[in-house]
Amino acid sequence: MAAGTGNGRTISGTFAAVRGWLLLPSWLTIGFFLLIPVLLMLVYSFLTKEFRGGVIWEFSLSAYDQFLFDRGLFGDDPPRIEWTYITIFGRSIAQAGGATLFCLLIGFPTAFFIATRSSHTKVIWLFLITIPYWVNLLIRTVSMKFLIRDNGPLNEGLLWLGILDDPVKLINTNFAVQLGLFYSYLPFMVLPIYASVERYNFVLSEAASDLYAPKWVILRRIIIPAVSPGIIAGCILVFVPSLGAFLAPDLLGGAKTFMIGSLIEEQFKGNAGNWPFGAAASMILLSLVLIVLTFYARAQSRDQV
Amino acid sequence: MPRGFDIKHYRGFYTLTLLCLFILYAPLIIVMIYSFNDGRSITVWQGVSLRWYADIFVGPEAEKFKLAARNSLIIAVIAAITATSIATAASIGMIRGGNFRGKPASFALISLPIMVPEIVSAVATLIFFSAIGFKLGILSILIAHIVFCIPFAYLPIAARLQGIEASYEEAAQDLYAGRWATFRYVLMPLMWPGILSGFLLAFIISLDDFIITNFVKGAGIETLPTAIFGSVKQGIKPNIMALSTLMLLVSVLLVTLSFFVGRRQDTNPTTNTEDS
Repeated sequence: MAAGTGNGRTISGTFAAVRGWLLLPSWLTIGFFLLIPVLLMLVYSFLTKEFRGGVIWEFSLSAYDQFLFDRGLFGDDPPRIEWTYITIFGRSIAQAGGATLFCLLIGFPTAFFIATRSSHTKVIWLFLITIPYWVNLLIRTVSMKFLIRDNGPLNEGLLWLGILDDPVKLINTNFAVQLGLFYSYLPFMVLPIYASVERYNFVLSEAASDLYAPKWVILRRIIIPAVSPGIIAGCILVFVPSLGAFLAPDLLGGAKTFMIGSLIEEQFKGNAGNWPFGAAASMILLSLVLIVLTFYARAQSRDQV
Repeated sequence: MPRGFDIKHYRGFYTLTLLCLFILYAPLIIVMIYSFNDGRSITVWQGVSLRWYADIFVGPEAEKFKLAARNSLIIAVIAAITATSIATAASIGMIRGGNFRGKPASFALISLPIMVPEIVSAVATLIFFSAIGFKLGILSILIAHIVFCIPFAYLPIAARLQGIEASYEEAAQDLYAGRWATFRYVLMPLMWPGILSGFLLAFIISLDDFIITNFVKGAGIETLPTAIFGSVKQGIKPNIMALSTLMLLVSVLLVTLSFFVGRRQDTNPTTNTEDS
């Protein structure tokens, strides 16, 4: 995402005189239809809920309070910690972390392998990795659901091969959601790592090898630190969308695998209909993402020094 | 050099790469195969047939799918054209606008739609439209799509523009070409591959979107993804697999197209290739 930073090239200003006019449409569109809405969402999270959707313009902390505390049915019991929503957030973080880890375990070798091919075959491998990313996420998730459902091809195949005696229950489990997230965002891990490995100078590996460093030591002590910006970028590109994912948990999971995305959706589209609470949950999710992105930006600027 | 000493070769990486591709493709290929299954059940294989493809076009749900496909296409075309125009202007302003104070903030604003989680954008947009009393429908979907398509169109266009030396425009301006003529006859032809791939990406992204569309669509209006989602909620039916296969093929076709456009940009003799 370095586009627009000049990249050390001489910055030319052939259109400097009109840059304001050139940038205005993007400022207006995104500012008016995304930045202001996000600020408005922050305001909504401090309002009072109206029964079945919408808000009453009256300041209230009840959305955040409801998130953290249980005050009984009538709201006058002494507050106890409400674990439901904290658990949902914890589960989402764990699921996103797990998906990131598995994507890294398979994405790194893949990216490394592709980056070390000749320039002709490289393009073909990369193309093969990118195609599934451009296939509709909904369709990919539905395909996964089709594959792993109780009497789906995966179970039938394993039964036929004699590996299983009875079909395994995969759908509606945490494992299914994990698999769905992994499957959804795997290409996001491969591409940035590939870009880093491609820039890595293998002379460094050769030097280490001449000094009798074993290959796996070279990988761990030299290559991985050198390509770590790509690894971190890949991890963020998988972790962030996994955290707020809706399709994989909704289609592959059930009530016991509820994640933030479904919790938010339920407040607006489902039966819960609590807009301030949905806005508050969205704000908490957004804050988590901003924290991750800030750490990333910090790490990146430290790398450049 | 014998393999054991090849410092670029790690045992097992090739196998993992094949496994990676297998995981990515297996579910899609299986759905493609089952879309040709003759029979009402999605479990039992009853021979090859195109009946579910026929069902999409003439079956009981044909009208719904046709309407949804029309909405999807109209929205994707208009959103992609608008977002690409906005992104082209913005990239020239950012990259050929010299140094200015608001540059990092401008870049942050342009990338905002990719930074904010999709579900959060969806909630924020819904709240905004409801607060200003904007009626949910095709127009609200279109506006939301234009917003999140901008960064996807911007990135390839800006990358392309950064690879073009400013000397072309400077030469044109030395010869008294006005700013518009410089853009129209010098810069735009050079930027064209970037603009085209930006447009294609925006188009696919808009066509694919489910989460934001689902929030801002309003009652009774469906795009292909929301129609499919609604249908899948009651269980996967064979006609959905046929429809998915068709959409999958359209995506693959578009990406391949964008890939070859991108390849042409590598061999373009006018490009400044010394990218160090």
